[in-house]
Amino acid sequence: MTPAQLDMRAGETPDLVLRGASVLDPVAGIDGNHDVVIRQGRIAELAAPGSAALDGAEEIDATGLHAFPAFFDPHVHLRVPGQEHKEDLETGTRSAAAGGFCGVVAMANTEPPVSTPGDVDSLRGAARETASVKVGFLATVSQGMRGEELTEMAALRDAGALGFSDDGLPIRSARLLRRALQYQRLCGGTIALHEEDPELSGQGVMHEGPVSAALGLEGIPSVSESTTIARDAALAGYEGGRIHVQHLSAAESVEAVRAAKAAGVQITCEATPHHLCLADEEVRSLDPSRFKMNPPLRSEADRQALIEALCEGTIDCIATDHAPHAPEEKEVPFEQAAMGVTGLETAFAAVHTDLVLPGVLDLGLVVERLAGGAEPFGVERPTLAPGSEANVALCDLATEWTVGEDGYESRSSNSWCAGRELTGRVLMTIAGGQVAYRLRSFSMGVAA
Amino acid sequence: MKHLLSIGQLSKAEIESILDRAESFAEVGRRDIKKVPTLRGRTVVTLFYESSTRTSSSFELAAKRLSADLVSVKAAGSSVDKGESLKDTVATLSAYEPAVIVIRHPHAGAAQLVAGWSDAAVVNAGDGKHEHPSQALLDVYTLRRRLGGLEGKRIWIVGDVLHSRVARSNLIAFRAMGAELTVCGPPALIPRGLEHLGCRIEHSLERLEEADVVYALRLQRERMQESFVPSMAEYAARFQIDSRRLGPRQLLMHPGPVNRGVELSGEVIDSPQSLIAEQVASGLVVRMAILYELLAAGDEGTEPAAEDGTDRPTRIGQPA
Repeated sequence: MTPAQLDMRAGETPDLVLRGASVLDPVAGIDGNHDVVIRQGRIAELAAPGSAALDGAEEIDATGLHAFPAFFDPHVHLRVPGQEHKEDLETGTRSAAAGGFCGVVAMANTEPPVSTPGDVDSLRGAARETASVKVGFLATVSQGMRGEELTEMAALRDAGALGFSDDGLPIRSARLLRRALQYQRLCGGTIALHEEDPELSGQGVMHEGPVSAALGLEGIPSVSESTTIARDAALAGYEGGRIHVQHLSAAESVEAVRAAKAAGVQITCEATPHHLCLADEEVRSLDPSRFKMNPPLRSEADRQALIEALCEGTIDCIATDHAPHAPEEKEVPFEQAAMGVTGLETAFAAVHTDLVLPGVLDLGLVVERLAGGAEPFGVERPTLAPGSEANVALCDLATEWTVGEDGYESRSSNSWCAGRELTGRVLMTIAGGQVAYRLRSFSMGVAA
Repeated sequence: MKHLLSIGQLSKAEIESILDRAESFAEVGRRDIKKVPTLRGRTVVTLFYESSTRTSSSFELAAKRLSADLVSVKAAGSSVDKGESLKDTVATLSAYEPAVIVIRHPHAGAAQLVAGWSDAAVVNAGDGKHEHPSQALLDVYTLRRRLGGLEGKRIWIVGDVLHSRVARSNLIAFRAMGAELTVCGPPALIPRGLEHLGCRIEHSLERLEEADVVYALRLQRERMQESFVPSMAEYAARFQIDSRRLGPRQLLMHPGPVNRGVELSGEVIDSPQSLIAEQVASGLVVRMAILYELLAAGDEGTEPAAEDGTDRPTRIGQPA
């Protein structure tokens, strides 16, 4: 298989000592206070607190702060090419860095969709100029996302496509997906799937249930997602293919993935912070800017099922499905509004506030799942183990902040957390050895 | 009350207070000069993005009877046709400093958005399949006049609930007034989870005889993009209210416009049990009361609730 292709801009890799950080990397078995020594872009050493020599490195007082392996988001929309008024590679990756991410996987449902080797090549070139974190680009499964003909998957892989997805739309045709899975044997590249049966979803705009009944909004039933997952898992099993199920939302879907994993299918899946933290009751506000997305926020029972699945590992990773939209697409009645919310800058803080602080999820598990989006695409998981590339999220778990108060790094403001007070904030992100983000207030007065 | 966006925002007492006010406007309506000066100098804008006969005409006449200046905007033939967004249209109309904006829109939550964008009091005159609170008030008013009260009355709402904003607002209002509710229709036209609004679900008219009031809904074929029922004939055979199914002591209501021969047979529309014409008449006085409640209720002292509950206030201003 071709090695994973990720791109970011070249830059300085300063030597740093994160003095006295509380270091947590459960996968590497690291949990304790250390001086994190970063030299030449790599984790040189985890030294006893206060013991590491500077040797010209910048010292950062990390007393009381947490150092995690930086996060990796397998599902973002950077909107390039074609919708640069919503986001571009620079703003999108800055938004990622502000959320503690060192890498993201960009979806291909742009205008036009990423369907040719030339498209991939030009995006990779742009990322090498402007991206502050690593970006892997997916190409579409079907040409132009029309769901009819396969793209030139092998040529796209040669051009550096990390994998394939028609995300934004499901692959309606089982025959087409089967062909893609067959072709995958030739060229590799995980196929990421937006699972939805358009026949069942109809014109739905929210989860089908008591809330949609009360609001008179057309519902998207849970079975729209779960039946498609079951179909696609069966196809992947039959063809020996590798699939990644995107944004799991329903309890029935958890069951479908669990069954597929038990049957030995090569299947991974993700859930978003908004599906883990919110339920469809929020839609009673009729605020599409925060609460309209696809798949929709589902019932409280579904939310509980997702949390349980995340704990047990049926859900492999947390993904934001960061989906920037322009104000005029959201300042309209709920049914007319665009689907999608931004989430990169708040992913950790929201999950920390809503699930870790109340004791629902263990901090270590959250850290593990936030970096878990790398492996489904064949990317090495970020780690703080000495010798590895420096990818670090430095966080203050006690900081309280109001989302959107100082604007966003993203070009769009349709954050599902807008206006919320969250506890815990990323102060600094190191991606590929470079300082990708530093909170302004944290930049002052701490440099050695 | 700052706005009327959802019937759920009103308590039973608040609903009754508006209906009492409507009673006094009904009294004004029996005078030779039916106009009062209450809203003189105030501007009422009606903004209709969907076709309407009853609601638009009754709100317009209500505003005129209260001596307000009226601006009626229909989406067809306005800048909406030219692609202007709702937000921009509201900003434009706000330049006239309206006291009230009455809006009907094909999508849920539109009235709530307008309330956020404008300083005017906003009346939801129907938003998508969501709510139609003034219809619910006039229906409660109509029933209250006939029955005295709704406490313990059995009301069956029959038909296309899925596409009906009237059904949603009326379920909330009838329940608030103490009625026992049953919703009946083919499964594809009853939204999943509707029972959480506090009603029983039936898929057959077999037990219709228990109902004190039968509230039939319009089969909204214009909103259907697929076939929810196999045919009009099959629907009518199972769910049409006709003279065989409607008992002599049962009251019949319908929000209009009626599909004659589909949800109602022709003879029941004109039967003595039918309140359909009364509903339309109620619409005017109830909508006058809504406008009054939004704009003038705070201006005065103890009106309208008569403290001993015996006589209702009969004087609201002098004839203009």
